[in-house]
Amino acid sequence: MAYKERLNGRKFDEMRPIEAKVGVVKRADGSAMFKIGNTWAYAAVYGPRNLHPKFLQDPQKGILRCSYNMMPFSSSGERVRPGGSRRSKEISLVTEKALLPVLNLDEYPNSVVDVFIELPQTEAGSRCAGICAASMALADAGLEMKDLVCAVSVGKVADKLLVDLDYSEESYPDVPVADVPIAIMPNSGKVTLLQMDGEIKKDELMKLLEMGKKAIASIYEIQKNALKEKYHEVEV
Amino acid sequence: MIEDKSICVPGEVLAIGMDTLPGAGTYREGEKIIANRLGLAVIDGRTIKLVPLSGRYIPKTGDTIICKVIDVGFNGWRLDTNSAYSAMMSMKDATSEFIARGANLTQYYDLGDFIVCKIVNVTSQKLIDVTMKGPGLRKLDGGRIIEVDPNKVPRIIGKQGSMVVMIKDATNCNIVVGQNGLIWIYGEPMNELLAIQAIRKIEKESHMSGLTEKIKEFLEKNRKK
Repeated sequence: MAYKERLNGRKFDEMRPIEAKVGVVKRADGSAMFKIGNTWAYAAVYGPRNLHPKFLQDPQKGILRCSYNMMPFSSSGERVRPGGSRRSKEISLVTEKALLPVLNLDEYPNSVVDVFIELPQTEAGSRCAGICAASMALADAGLEMKDLVCAVSVGKVADKLLVDLDYSEESYPDVPVADVPIAIMPNSGKVTLLQMDGEIKKDELMKLLEMGKKAIASIYEIQKNALKEKYHEVEV
Repeated sequence: MIEDKSICVPGEVLAIGMDTLPGAGTYREGEKIIANRLGLAVIDGRTIKLVPLSGRYIPKTGDTIICKVIDVGFNGWRLDTNSAYSAMMSMKDATSEFIARGANLTQYYDLGDFIVCKIVNVTSQKLIDVTMKGPGLRKLDGGRIIEVDPNKVPRIIGKQGSMVVMIKDATNCNIVVGQNGLIWIYGEPMNELLAIQAIRKIEKESHMSGLTEKIKEFLEKNRKK
């Protein structure tokens, strides 16, 4: 089965339809939703708030704690066992590392900012959706950030380079597949997350990064508009 | 250069060129002035600053806040300030009365009591010292406490307190607004509810112009019932 075009009819550099909204969790200090195709992420930010246990406190600056959670009914296959797993622990960690470079928590020593990312339904690209949602939620929470963070996955199926792989592409049978989730600070173009599943050549990776950057520019616009929309009425 | 009074998101370029100066909530990178947070851009002469629209309360020296007593120690009280940090009030700042050595401090302020106090000092590590010596600083008995967005407190108070005085007069309630977003309301139960409704309305429509008139109308209409 040769891979000539995408199964879902998208162009190779076309993302799934995106929807974003800010302020979806009323009781949180900041919150956001980010839907890309059938992958939905909700992020809620609490804090800066008191941090316990005390040994986790950093007297120099506040710390960031991320939690990534796929809901039991979220995947298309088997039920996801609730609670943390090796996978969710890793993704929580990389999400934290992807968001920290933009955040300035120097003003909040000994405190914590908690980010909870929940995914009610997923179809690949969930860590990227989670990072996009979390960065909007952090901005909504009024924290000091020098930029937003946008994330998208790029990859290679057979010999084709493509943007925003969905599950059918990520698990395409009998051909080599590479999946590269990236997160970028859109204004400075700096990369905060770069992971890879599969094998890829260097020049292909460079090409993918360029494709990713283009996709990220349009994600940034969507995030920006979503944030402005919530506060739009404030404009007098 | 960006328009005055427009919403900016973190990382957004507000102005290019060395003629403008970065104010609060912004930073300079080369020629550019960039937003450091989500906020409303205000151009004031040559400087651009960002007025925050969201976020938790950050304790500042001189603020009058409403706190809850969360612990009582040997020489003072620990208070919850509705921020990430708790405040400490020492015995000598608590009251003008004489407190005997070894006295039981709970007879002055007990756990769970709400008090109005003023921040005297905030250290770099966000240790907060508060005092209750000053006009209007006291323990709050009865009434009810509501929580609002601390960024909207200036609107609730109004210019020279015009808004809060209006609610007080209309509802016959005693109201204390803490800078930290806690508000104490005391009066007839129905009037308390009306005051809360009015405050929630201000919070929701804080961006509208002519808000004072609107709230006045709202209060008059609902008082008659």
